[in-house]
Amino acid sequence: MTKQTTHTTDVAIIGAGPVGLFSVFQCGMLKMSTHVIDALPATGGQCTALYPEKPIFDIPASPNITGADLIERLEEQIKPFNPVFHLDQQVVALENQSGNWHLTTAAGLTVSAKAVIIAAGAGAFGPNKPPLADIEKYENKTVHYLIQNRELFRDQRIVIAGGGDSAVDWALALADIAAETYVVHRRERFRALPESVAQMHALAEQGKIELVIPYQLASLEGKGDQLSAVHVKTLKGEDRRLEADHLLSFFGLVNKLGPINDWGLDVHNGLIIVEPTTCATSVDGIFAVGDIAGYPHKLKLILSGFSEVAQAAHAAFRVVHPDEALHFEHSTSSGIPTL
Amino acid sequence: MPKITFIKVDGERVETDAKVGNTVMEVAKELDLPMLAACGGALACATCQVVVDEEWYEKTGEVSEDEEDLLDTAHDLTPTSRLCCQIPITDDLDGLVVSLTPMG
Repeated sequence: MTKQTTHTTDVAIIGAGPVGLFSVFQCGMLKMSTHVIDALPATGGQCTALYPEKPIFDIPASPNITGADLIERLEEQIKPFNPVFHLDQQVVALENQSGNWHLTTAAGLTVSAKAVIIAAGAGAFGPNKPPLADIEKYENKTVHYLIQNRELFRDQRIVIAGGGDSAVDWALALADIAAETYVVHRRERFRALPESVAQMHALAEQGKIELVIPYQLASLEGKGDQLSAVHVKTLKGEDRRLEADHLLSFFGLVNKLGPINDWGLDVHNGLIIVEPTTCATSVDGIFAVGDIAGYPHKLKLILSGFSEVAQAAHAAFRVVHPDEALHFEHSTSSGIPTL
Repeated sequence: MPKITFIKVDGERVETDAKVGNTVMEVAKELDLPMLAACGGALACATCQVVVDEEWYEKTGEVSEDEEDLLDTAHDLTPTSRLCCQIPITDDLDGLVVSLTPMG
């Protein structure tokens, strides 16, 4: 990274989904400044990434609102508080340095905050990695989840695993340049454009690729970061050893807590355990709200997330301003404060 | 009420009375068993994957094409792997045994 930048704020919010955005509002009403960090390149979290056009019916006073519209309105609502966004960069580290929380992002940015609100939903999006022994040592060298340069595969023996569009599209794109192309999938049917699937079958008939069906990945063989073979097996236990230089693994994206697991928080079944009346986690000064926050009888609703944010903001005020009086006020009395 | 037995990854067996109409995933979550079930039953992930005891597999019903599509994104499948949010509990499932799988 070119240079190290450190920002200072009252509250750092991890996650720019609906609940993260509303955290800006509730903090702002208590005159706390905010910086918001998200792994995705746009605000809105799953509302934007997964269902922008889908109507949501359980937002109070909005009988029917799409994910995209909900985010647009939240952004309008929080505008007066001038939140600073750092998008397209996952928070990779969170450390306490002399009473302040230092958040470091994958882009090398640091945000220093007095309190942290984690509104990370189901976690950051990342590749769904097959659980094969030692796969990490090959990753980005000879095992790939993303392809940036198809030339890498010229005259190479490649195994493509998966049954969706990525697997089929890359099989079509690489069949001509790779020395050998195997497509490993667990069943006959592919979840991809029918025309592309037909093209792939045609290439298979011409002997340009081999469909290895119905097989699943079983293990990897290689030296250092160089793969030499991919072992696959059927449900009946039949094995095959495919000699290969590269594995292209396309099982889609999954949400992962990732680095959040390393911050010393009490995490159970993928949720950060909080005290529901304050949303305080097991670590002082760190709060969790929305889908990522767990407590008995938790409902993973945007509605619940909004309420949790109000609880968390009031609790965070006592951390940010330990010596200041906190007044409970309705917005009808206080109006929109200026920061 | 139908009895259901969950076998944890470490081999521990957890037996419970399940309400007809709930799904096997909902029962597992109610018991706070180690299972992500991240999407909450919306058929949008594969994190409630279980292995159904062979004797019971047929009785858990047909696997829909949508469930098959999501099983494509799961790993270490067996002939009786299912997403347990797609198994509604019925009286016919009294005695069902399912094994949990490791959480990713």
